[in-house]
Amino acid sequence: MFVSYKWLQDYVDLSGVTADELAERITKSGIEVEGVEKKSEGIKGVVIGHVLEREQHPNADKLNKCLVDIGQDNPVQIICGAPNVDKGQKVAVATVGAVLPGNFKIKKAKLRGEESNGMICSLQELGIEAKLVAKEFSTGIFVFPNDAKVGEDALEYLGLDDEVLELGLTPNRADCLSMLGVAYEVAAILGRDVKWPEIDSANANENASEYIEVKVDAAEDNPLYVAKVIKDVKIGPSPLWMQARLMASGIRPHNNVVDITNYILLEYGQPLHAFDYERIGTKEIVVRRANQGEKITTLDDAERTLAPDHLVITNGNQPIALAGVMGGANSEVGSDTTTVVLEAAYFTGAVVRKASKDHGLRSEASARFEKGVDPNRVRQAAERAADLMAKYAGGTVLAGSVEVDTLSIEPAVVSVTLDKINVLLGTDLTVSEVEDIFTKLQFEVNTEDNEFTVTIPTRRGDISIEADLVEEVARLYGYDNLPTTLPVGAAIPGKLTAYQQKRRQVRRVLEGAGLYQAVTYSLTSEEKAAQFALEKRESIRLAMPMSEERSQLRLSIVPQLLEVLKYNTARQNDFIALYEIGSVFLKSEAADLPEEREHLAGALTGLWEAHPWQGEKKPVDFFVAKGVLESVFDTLGLMENIEYRQAEIAEMHPGRTAEILLDGKVIGFIGQVHPIIQNELDLKETYVFELSFKALADAEPEAIRYEAIPRFPSITRDIALVVDKETVAGDIQRVIAEAGGKLLKEVGVFDLYEGENMEQGKKSIAFSLKYFDPQRTLTDEEVTKTHDKVLSAVKEKTGAKLRG
Amino acid sequence: MQERLQELQEEALNQVTEASDLKALNDIRVAYLGKKGPITEVLRGMGKLSAEERPKIGALANEVRESIAAKIEEKQKNLEAAAVNEKLATEKIDVTLPGRPVKKGNHHPLTRIIEEIEDLFIGMGYSIAEGPEVETDYYNFEALNLPKGHPARDMQDSFYITEEILMRTHTSPVQARTMEKHEGKGPVKIICPGKVYRRDNDDATHSHQFMQIEGLVIDQNIRMSDLKGTLEVFAKKMFGADRKIRLRPSFFPFTEPSVEMDISCKICGGAGCSVCKGTGWIEILGAGMVHPNVLEMAGFDSKKYSGFAFGMGPERIAMLKYGIDDIRHFYTNDIRFLTQFHRHE
Repeated sequence: MFVSYKWLQDYVDLSGVTADELAERITKSGIEVEGVEKKSEGIKGVVIGHVLEREQHPNADKLNKCLVDIGQDNPVQIICGAPNVDKGQKVAVATVGAVLPGNFKIKKAKLRGEESNGMICSLQELGIEAKLVAKEFSTGIFVFPNDAKVGEDALEYLGLDDEVLELGLTPNRADCLSMLGVAYEVAAILGRDVKWPEIDSANANENASEYIEVKVDAAEDNPLYVAKVIKDVKIGPSPLWMQARLMASGIRPHNNVVDITNYILLEYGQPLHAFDYERIGTKEIVVRRANQGEKITTLDDAERTLAPDHLVITNGNQPIALAGVMGGANSEVGSDTTTVVLEAAYFTGAVVRKASKDHGLRSEASARFEKGVDPNRVRQAAERAADLMAKYAGGTVLAGSVEVDTLSIEPAVVSVTLDKINVLLGTDLTVSEVEDIFTKLQFEVNTEDNEFTVTIPTRRGDISIEADLVEEVARLYGYDNLPTTLPVGAAIPGKLTAYQQKRRQVRRVLEGAGLYQAVTYSLTSEEKAAQFALEKRESIRLAMPMSEERSQLRLSIVPQLLEVLKYNTARQNDFIALYEIGSVFLKSEAADLPEEREHLAGALTGLWEAHPWQGEKKPVDFFVAKGVLESVFDTLGLMENIEYRQAEIAEMHPGRTAEILLDGKVIGFIGQVHPIIQNELDLKETYVFELSFKALADAEPEAIRYEAIPRFPSITRDIALVVDKETVAGDIQRVIAEAGGKLLKEVGVFDLYEGENMEQGKKSIAFSLKYFDPQRTLTDEEVTKTHDKVLSAVKEKTGAKLRG
Repeated sequence: MQERLQELQEEALNQVTEASDLKALNDIRVAYLGKKGPITEVLRGMGKLSAEERPKIGALANEVRESIAAKIEEKQKNLEAAAVNEKLATEKIDVTLPGRPVKKGNHHPLTRIIEEIEDLFIGMGYSIAEGPEVETDYYNFEALNLPKGHPARDMQDSFYITEEILMRTHTSPVQARTMEKHEGKGPVKIICPGKVYRRDNDDATHSHQFMQIEGLVIDQNIRMSDLKGTLEVFAKKMFGADRKIRLRPSFFPFTEPSVEMDISCKICGGAGCSVCKGTGWIEILGAGMVHPNVLEMAGFDSKKYSGFAFGMGPERIAMLKYGIDDIRHFYTNDIRFLTQFHRHE
């Protein structure tokens, strides 16, 4: 809402309060003033001029040579390019020495050989937005009414000697969508009175009811309809001051009748509509729900197909307006209109919102109806508009109005105790202090036993409960004046849950290993949603996506991370390692909501080891990625519970992928991205993992128990085995560990050989075994006994041959 | 014989002095002090001497032998030290060459902000509550005093999945769920961080997915002054003790009274600049006293209990704190962006 500081003074005395001060005080008591625009800022030296002569520029087809009286001793010659400039016009002249917006200085100049002493201005050149300039002046200069006085300040005529406050209104403060509403707010803040406009009533001898009949077939949507009839209007421009106020408020002037309806919309917050009486075609107005498929062409020349959700104004046969949203082209007021039917109605928010949403039509009118207009202002607004039409459109207002009224207006009555106010705010206010605040707001208040019973004016539809009154008191008392305290009460310890602690710890481990945390979008394309999914399920689609690219909820994180890798490698980053912990969304047939599972995913590509001047370069491989994950498992105390199993996943390299099992259950995978996908993304060898973080974090590790530091030496024995190529190290290691029993402290792979000198289809793999007893020094015989058991178990169970 | 010994001593010492390496030195040792050496020979001839002279010459011979041995030892040490120094000289490195980088990654800047806020409030007795990102219309809107058809719903255009299910538009449904779990009994003290979604076109200041972090306190006798005090503690810890705060009345359907909090602009110190759009203040968060309808719907007696809630956007805080000019950076994950937030400040 744009509020003209000058205009506001019609309703409330602002003496002693500048526009900036007012803005500050309004902001502090509840409505954010987003800016104060000084309309004349950067403009100087623009006066009213009278074009005495105009002739074609001798050397330029599109230029005019004008002789303009600017109130000085002699008229000046000005060259003007506007197509509409003409002899006899009163125009805005930027004189030599003037400054226009953008620090544009006007100097004496020669245009195609002819002297020019100034510039005749369009409104755009005076800083008015093009969309607010009346159509007839939109491509040329602005022409003033003839009574404009030559030599006077043109800005004053145009109302540009003004400051405009831009209010950022929250949806509850619809009352401030009108100048009068703002006046009440300002009056409460300043402790001053509100002056209402004076309305002269009509005294024509004809009655409106002789011209028109009104019927409402949808009383629930339209409990009050008021029609007034004004005849003998002469369509023409509205007075300049009115146009100026409309423009300051962001509305483009059209003609006197339309401008008056818009002016009242701004003044009272009550949207009005003017119909051309003759063009309605019948003598009746019927308000009803639209029929399915019924059509109307609205004022913006768009044909719209209606449904029974929409409320329409009809002439008994066909729609002539989409109620509360926009008029119909068939009944539009035009230059030949002589009789006007003026509509002032109360339409409910829901029905207007539906139509405005379905047709994508948000108008000044619909915005106000949607948020609720003051039912007590409907008639007043109609009377005021009719009066202005008499004054500024030469009309005759017919006596009375035609109404359908099923609206019952009961002002809300809300009570609150002084104690409640003080307890909720932490203040120490007295009865009279609170009463004073309600009085300033012009709320009627009765006080009994420290309880305030407040009658809420209908303009303040946002106040209906105790807490609303507490807020009114708080904001006018001033939040700055509230005391500062901290909650008192039983102290409760604040801490992270075990799950949250694990998540933080895992982040740190991954970061310590060199991975950066990424945060990617949960919404993705249908194709990507299911890629790399741990569980193949149909992805969930949004009802109204903004694009196909972001239409599905992800089932996996890896595709998003690959997208990030692609972005980064395309920007010359030769190593990228990322992880993300975030939710994936699984469709659930059983529950309303999808199952959300927190996953941990990682992606690595490029050079893992790179120390160029020492000649080291080693790209990421499977075991780098696996090592990173193992440090996570180790931190979570799950090393013993994890297993890897060769696996095939469609998007992964068939030979370089493993499933990860936790206590025998698959919880994720790790491996190289399928080379075909790598190619599509222009990626080098890329390794990824994704696993259920929830499964990891929910697993309970064993408690930490101290083990005595060894006092006795251990004995190490190495074995080298020749096995089938297909035999995996993990299996052999398990056999060794089992057979080694208690004495075998550690077992690890220390060599792998598959090259020359090996029998076809075989490989050599060597393990180092460490035997140890915490109680004593082991003898050679004891170790040999156990070690022999290990060897025979390995031979028997894996078919291995001892090497060398 | 005495002369002979003195001759030998002089000769040997000269040779030791001139020896240039360990081998030459060893040769000297063998030549003079060995069993076939001249001193041994002199001693062997002592039989010809008188009983008087014999001990004298014997003592002298030992003296000569020891002085030569000492000189050899000294020379040996010198030669060894020189050899070590020579070797070390060849081992010199260029200490200005770069060190081997240690791998390190780091938090996303949004996590950094969120954890900082979490830790601050954990210290004040809050717990961290989390909830689903896909929500029911009930928890996202209705339980928060936003019934169907409420005008404020058009402030939050949402990604619906079905008519009753949507991507949550704020983290407030976590508050509603947590309150419900408390079954009408306080105190509740929680911080709720998480991702939220709105139907916005992505540009420099809008993102269809972003983060929120909210706080909620419910207990008997919670006052608006407690909210003010809590926010003041938060603002000073988060943004610096020298920052001023101001509360402005505002509107949210789930709180009444509602406020917005501004902090004084760090860039201009409150004088007005382009960052604060000339106002000297920067909007940081929204807050208010929990609306009685919200309390009641979650099973709390609004006559007995009151509470406050506040919420803010980690993106906005990070943008202000680090001077980031485009919200999309948080989700593009450009490595050149992510690597900027690893150190202490």
